[in-house]
Amino acid sequence: MKGDKTVNHTIAAKAIKLGYGGKVIVPNIDVIIDRPEIISIIGPNGSGKSTLLKALSRLLKPLSGCVLLDGRDIHKLPPREVARIMAILPQSVQAPVDMTVCELVTYGRMPYKRMFEKMIAEDEDCINDALAATDMQHMMHRRLDSLSGGERQRAWLAMALAQQPRLLLLDEPTTYLDIHHQLELMKLVRNLYQDRQITVIMVLHDLNHAARFSHRIIAVKDGQVFADGSVAEVFTAENLQALYGVEATVMTLEQGGSSYLVCFPYDSCCLPQGA
Amino acid sequence: MRELATDPRQTRRTIIGMAGLAALVAALLAGIKIGAVSVTVYDIWNVISAPAGNEVYQIVYNIRIPRVFVGALTGINLALAGCILQGILRNPLADPGIIGVSAGAGLAAMTVMILWPGLTALVPTAAFSGALLAAGIVFLLSWDRGVQPLKLILAGVALAAFFGGGMSALMVFHSDKVQGTVNWMAGSFQGRSWDHVLMILPYSMVGVAGAMLAHRYLNALQLGDEVARGLGIKVETARFTLVVLAALLAGSAVSVAGLLGFVGLIIPHIARMLVGSDFEYLLPCSALLGATLVVAADTLARTAFSPVEVPVGIFMAFLGAPFFIYLL
Repeated sequence: MKGDKTVNHTIAAKAIKLGYGGKVIVPNIDVIIDRPEIISIIGPNGSGKSTLLKALSRLLKPLSGCVLLDGRDIHKLPPREVARIMAILPQSVQAPVDMTVCELVTYGRMPYKRMFEKMIAEDEDCINDALAATDMQHMMHRRLDSLSGGERQRAWLAMALAQQPRLLLLDEPTTYLDIHHQLELMKLVRNLYQDRQITVIMVLHDLNHAARFSHRIIAVKDGQVFADGSVAEVFTAENLQALYGVEATVMTLEQGGSSYLVCFPYDSCCLPQGA
Repeated sequence: MRELATDPRQTRRTIIGMAGLAALVAALLAGIKIGAVSVTVYDIWNVISAPAGNEVYQIVYNIRIPRVFVGALTGINLALAGCILQGILRNPLADPGIIGVSAGAGLAAMTVMILWPGLTALVPTAAFSGALLAAGIVFLLSWDRGVQPLKLILAGVALAAFFGGGMSALMVFHSDKVQGTVNWMAGSFQGRSWDHVLMILPYSMVGVAGAMLAHRYLNALQLGDEVARGLGIKVETARFTLVVLAALLAGSAVSVAGLLGFVGLIIPHIARMLVGSDFEYLLPCSALLGATLVVAADTLARTAFSPVEVPVGIFMAFLGAPFFIYLL
């Protein structure tokens, strides 16, 4: 697996049904992700977007259907092999208070190590590289409980990067961060995509971040894919109304030499029937 | 790049490891030396290098050495079991008592001691079977696509209460025969021989080997199930294996030492304060401290009120409870 860091990986959900303990949240969904880009999954609360991300990252086993990584059932692949291709950062994470940034990032090398295998120079390179990419090098020996929210999130992201993933899955990475750190993190995600040509799949609540930083948006509603395509295709006032039940103005904003779509929800309304 | 290897806490951890080892050696030596008959280090050396059938040899080789060894191994097992349980259940209050293992062993052992006093030789076996049975029941109750930590704790507490009730019932209905069980219930090393050493040694060896293999998994589980799974860990398999390991460690300790409390609870906390929560250092440090504490406490308990020998469990409770309150 070490040599193919440039190979494109495909992840496909085939007719998957998802739920927890008898309660079905996603009845049937199909998604194919086959090229390096930044993909945001959006949708209202309870729409099943986080559940979908969990299924793609094999944290949740589908009740029926299957998730295929490069054509093979993700639940039948050796977990360590999957972890060398795909890294996942769940929404709420925990760590012992006295853990240092460096220790945390070192865990990212676990998929590459057998039980007694020691760290080699290659692992240290990966760790240093992950620390550098997230600008955490100068804090590597700081304890996690001494970091700010934004720094802590970057430390966790560094752990995921140390896995050298080709697919990076993030579940609401900007939750609990202030707008400065939200923007920093989104810019970091974009840099990672540009520098490494990796696929980033993230669940986002902030629609304007989704519109500005992604190439593709998957809108989920009631456990179904409501819309899937480029930002221009999905990010329309009609779709937002049907998804969230809000009247919104969607317009192009030119700022700092680039232009992107933004939305301004101004009123709540009824959800259209049959949507 | 070499910077990665130089964690600033490394020196501190090395010093604590050395100090722990020294403390254990000192406790073992003191445990062999001190008693109704004092022996010198020279005597001990003689017993090891040139065995002779004299009185000192009998005391040192057949009474004191097996006793400190049983104590040390019990301490190692209880401390490792507590450490592992606190790690996988992500609960600082977890100890062998909480998964019902101690109570299961206690009830089984007491049943033999009271109902079939002639079969006293089977007490350790019964205790061990009881421990495994209790662990099995708790597993069944807490199984939902893998061991669920919260369910496991609740099932363990319920089972411990149930078995505790059984022990009380035995004591009430057979109050005339309770005498012999009291020492065992309090946890004691009185009259422990080489047989007991051999009984617990295999489990200690499995425990130490398991702990050496397991520290990475325990560490990864600390990051939460989802992150651990994302890192390629088979979370259910890892947790199940580790609980079985902890049950074996605790069950074997109870079967030779009786209901010795507090060690599995208190030692991992002290070790965490000393070396931090990285299991690579936490497990060996806990094992060292557990052995040292049990051996030292047993030596004190049997000499402090000489000629009366206080069961070490009682001593531990009087020592442990205030210390734990201090930790709060």
